[in-house]
Amino acid sequence: MAEQKEKPRKVASMGMVPYEMALGPTWTRFFEGFKEKRILGTKCNKCGRVLVPARPFCPRCFEPMEEWVEVAQEGTIVTWSYVNYTYFGVTPDMIPVIGATIKLDGVDCGTGMWTQIGGFDIKDFELVTKKVKVGARVKAVWRRKRQGNFRDIDYWKIIE
Amino acid sequence: MQKVGIVEVAQSAGTESPLSLMEFTYKPVKEVLDKVGMKRDEVDMYILASTDVFHSGMSCANAFDWDASGAFMKPASREEGDAITSFVYGCMPIMEGKCDTVLVVGLIKGSENAENDTLTSFVADPFYSRPVGIQETTAAAMQMRLYLQRYGITEEQCAKVVVKNLSNALFNPYAHIKKRVSVDDVLNSERICDPLKALECAPKSEGVCAMLLASEEKAKKLTDKPVWFKGWGSSMDTFYLGDRDLLDTQLKTAAASAYKMAGISNPRKEIDIAETCEPYAFQELLWCEELGFCAQGQGGKLIDSGVTQITGELPVNPSGGVLAMNPYVARGLYRVAEAVLQIKGKAGEHQLDKKVNTALAHSTYGFCGQWQGVVILGS
Repeated sequence: MAEQKEKPRKVASMGMVPYEMALGPTWTRFFEGFKEKRILGTKCNKCGRVLVPARPFCPRCFEPMEEWVEVAQEGTIVTWSYVNYTYFGVTPDMIPVIGATIKLDGVDCGTGMWTQIGGFDIKDFELVTKKVKVGARVKAVWRRKRQGNFRDIDYWKIIE
Repeated sequence: MQKVGIVEVAQSAGTESPLSLMEFTYKPVKEVLDKVGMKRDEVDMYILASTDVFHSGMSCANAFDWDASGAFMKPASREEGDAITSFVYGCMPIMEGKCDTVLVVGLIKGSENAENDTLTSFVADPFYSRPVGIQETTAAAMQMRLYLQRYGITEEQCAKVVVKNLSNALFNPYAHIKKRVSVDDVLNSERICDPLKALECAPKSEGVCAMLLASEEKAKKLTDKPVWFKGWGSSMDTFYLGDRDLLDTQLKTAAASAYKMAGISNPRKEIDIAETCEPYAFQELLWCEELGFCAQGQGGKLIDSGVTQITGELPVNPSGGVLAMNPYVARGLYRVAEAVLQIKGKAGEHQLDKKVNTALAHSTYGFCGQWQGVVILGS
């Protein structure tokens, strides 16, 4: 290719596409439970495991999971991260955030949810490292107005 | 090279389902496993076809596809182009002798995403073609114009493809569009981009198709009537429409290599049924030419002759084809599944009234058939 004078350019591009995704009966029931401050799991009648979030079938046994159980709202932090940067969709007012995986009492999996730890000044990182630990006990704190979605749990409070 | 047998298939219907993608995918997979009496962890490998991006707004294939297809804790791989290639990728480890069984799953919920035209506009390159609004349908209209012009194919002949395929679909429980239409209905439907009419374009459908493949020995144990994988060919064209002769696609190359592998010298005589991917009605006629079912430019006469009717000598799309059922990405596996059912004699109400020994399944994606793939199956 012959040498050229102009600097190669970039073209800005952004795509917007509408979607309407079926929640399906299992997710619907799971989130309906949130409206009533209940966390629901499903139990596999083959392996006996209780999974949260609720599943339509057991991923291991591949049998339908038709038995619903209400699970505890307290559990233990499996692992966590202090998220303190912005990226597309995350604005400066939304950070910092403490993301955590929590194993609820009586549930056979670490709750796959990306849950947020809160209830104290999480901007104070020193304080965070004192309070938030792998193995720390937490409890769900619900929003006053609940709409049947993941935001209904306001945050998870550290049990001192 | 080991033989590959297709043991069992299951399909979901194309109409909008209230189930989540995960629940929707689980059902046909479970159906296949239950039919053959296998557990999901007894399957050696899983090959999936789905789309992570525009055709699935979820953008989270890893979250939903694997658990729902049974692939959890198993060797697994996923492909995004067309599900007919996932079928072939599933055959390969069996041919090599590495696997005894492979489960292939194509999955999509078309009702959840925007119209195909919105989505396929993203297929175009972002600098030169996308800004002018080209997408699959506008590209197809240009291909149709050329087809009518060069060979004197009539709009009536193209409309007959819709009449034939939708009429066949009335007898297929898995088809999405169920309505009887006349040539006049098609010709009088909205000219969305002339010469293409609304009724000549495929719908958007839901679709999960699951298929169990096995080695010869295993297949004979699992089913009374395995269907055998006989041949495969594919070819990819350049993207730019201006660089191509739109009536000379890579389908000829793909078909030639599939025929060679399957030992077919006269496709018109040796193939008993063909399932083609015709998102636009005229394409079925063009594909028939390129598949060697008739001479170049004779696609119109072929449909006039009645040969491709469900009662004809070489039925094309007895299932109703893509015009009746278009689960984008999964649609290629549906073509294979229909071919399997016809050979097994299990197509139900649209079963052909003749012995089916050799079947062809075709799929395509990209503008004007940029990519083409052909599978040959035998009894």
